[in-house]
Amino acid sequence: MKSLRRTPQSLWVMLTVAALAGVMSLVSAPFASADNIFNISRNFAFIGLVALGQTAVIATGGIDLSVGSVMGLSGIVTGLVLGSGQPLVLAAAAGLGCAFLCGLTNGALVGYLRLSPFVVTLGMLSVARSLALVVSNNKMIHDFGPDERVVLALGGGRFLGLANPVWLLLVAALCAAAWFRYSRLARHVLAVGGNENSTRLAGVPVARVKLTVYVLSSLLAGVSAILMIGWLGAVTNALGQGYELRVIASAVIGGANLMGGEGGAFGAVAGAALIELIRNSLLLLGVDPYWQGAFVGGSIIVAMLVERVRRGSRTAG
Amino acid sequence: MLQLRSVGMQFGAVEALHSVDLDLAPGEVVGLMGDNGAGKSTLLKIVAGNFAPTSGEVRLDQRAVELTPLSAREHGIEAVYQDLALCDNLSAAANVFLGRELSRRLLGVLPVLDHAAMRRRSAELFDELGSDTRPDDLVRRMSGGQRQAVAIARARLSSPRLMLLDEPTAAISVRQIAEVLELIRGLRERGVCVLLISHRMSDVFAVADRVVVLRRGRKVADKATTDSSPEEVTALITGAIEAA
Repeated sequence: MKSLRRTPQSLWVMLTVAALAGVMSLVSAPFASADNIFNISRNFAFIGLVALGQTAVIATGGIDLSVGSVMGLSGIVTGLVLGSGQPLVLAAAAGLGCAFLCGLTNGALVGYLRLSPFVVTLGMLSVARSLALVVSNNKMIHDFGPDERVVLALGGGRFLGLANPVWLLLVAALCAAAWFRYSRLARHVLAVGGNENSTRLAGVPVARVKLTVYVLSSLLAGVSAILMIGWLGAVTNALGQGYELRVIASAVIGGANLMGGEGGAFGAVAGAALIELIRNSLLLLGVDPYWQGAFVGGSIIVAMLVERVRRGSRTAG
Repeated sequence: MLQLRSVGMQFGAVEALHSVDLDLAPGEVVGLMGDNGAGKSTLLKIVAGNFAPTSGEVRLDQRAVELTPLSAREHGIEAVYQDLALCDNLSAAANVFLGRELSRRLLGVLPVLDHAAMRRRSAELFDELGSDTRPDDLVRRMSGGQRQAVAIARARLSSPRLMLLDEPTAAISVRQIAEVLELIRGLRERGVCVLLISHRMSDVFAVADRVVVLRRGRKVADKATTDSSPEEVTALITGAIEAA
């Protein structure tokens, strides 16, 4: 089932990215520098990774507002366990374990108790952020114990000229693309988003499908957080604050339909790239950073307007 | 084959079905009629395993069973719903195989969807139905008749022995109605039992061997169509005749 309609959206976004990059390299000398490109790609890798999970959630017709806070909690817990002298494997397991529990809670409430995804994950946004404050006691953690160098290299290092998180994003995006096309679960994800009731009638375990995407979304947030603390070299409980907006914007700009039933891996990555590019361009053009929120928020609304126009012309045609 | 024994269904204070008995035999087409809210859809959903009856029992091959959508399918019961229960955003083939996708093993281990096999098999099914539906078309862009073909192809996938058709001839053209009725006759010839819910008296009398009438959750008639008439059934549905 090669969807010809999903391809154009991510393609359009990629073309927009290319066009914007072209214009920027003409008007701003530092833009095309290796350092800046490296920075942009690394910055959107953290967001893109989480946007992959978000895309799966949105494809079921849901939304996960808690990803930013889950990043904060996972990052703090990983940092604390590292700081207490434990090896990275254990710390990462603890951080991902917290993410897993957050996702499990979201997914169980949305899937099995059929609560509104918006409200459940909005609640989790607050709960996870608060837990991050509680366990960190509002302190910055910058001592990562004996495995510090490994952590810093993992998130902050580079390989063949690309930042490690970018490599991970590439691999994850390819896996996600294959998953969307070839896995039974992903087919069910799209089916749930298309017509939940008929999918249930067809014998698909709808609640379990939903549970799985929320867990995936949280786990990817956890992975992203662990990479991010390695890049930052420290973690505060503000890690990931406000990221839910950028993550959701990436998914939506990339073609995930908030009504459910549509979404793809490359779209999410392209969307994340576009948002980071816009942010970076604004900085280089000397626009007051206070304006960034307006542009990121505005881009979600524009993406939805474009989607409306596309949909309108489709039904007319 | 399938028997309902004093089956009742209560939704809060509303009694949708009251002590209904029904026997279905292989190779028989039974028309289920009744006004809106008479309990037809509830009965269908009980047989399809979507609802568990609040009283009475469902018996399959002389054994009491508790049906779920999955176990009903395993017992060879397939339902085609009135709203067709299709996913608009997916292709025809994806809908036909929804919930029982075909997989193949990549490199002998990794299970992946076998798109080619699903496309091929759906194309065969559409061919048998004489439908011009194409496996790769999105359901969103299909006509009512094509959607019906997708829903029926899905139900035929597993060669069921009991097919539940909920208003299969609503919202399709006259030519396609004839095709659907022909399909029902074809199913009977192969020994499949068909429970046909319909508002269209002419359809029921054209293909059904037996007509069952529900009124306000009670069965008020169960007789051979040759012993009845559209006039009598209309009177039973509206309550002009109490029972027959």
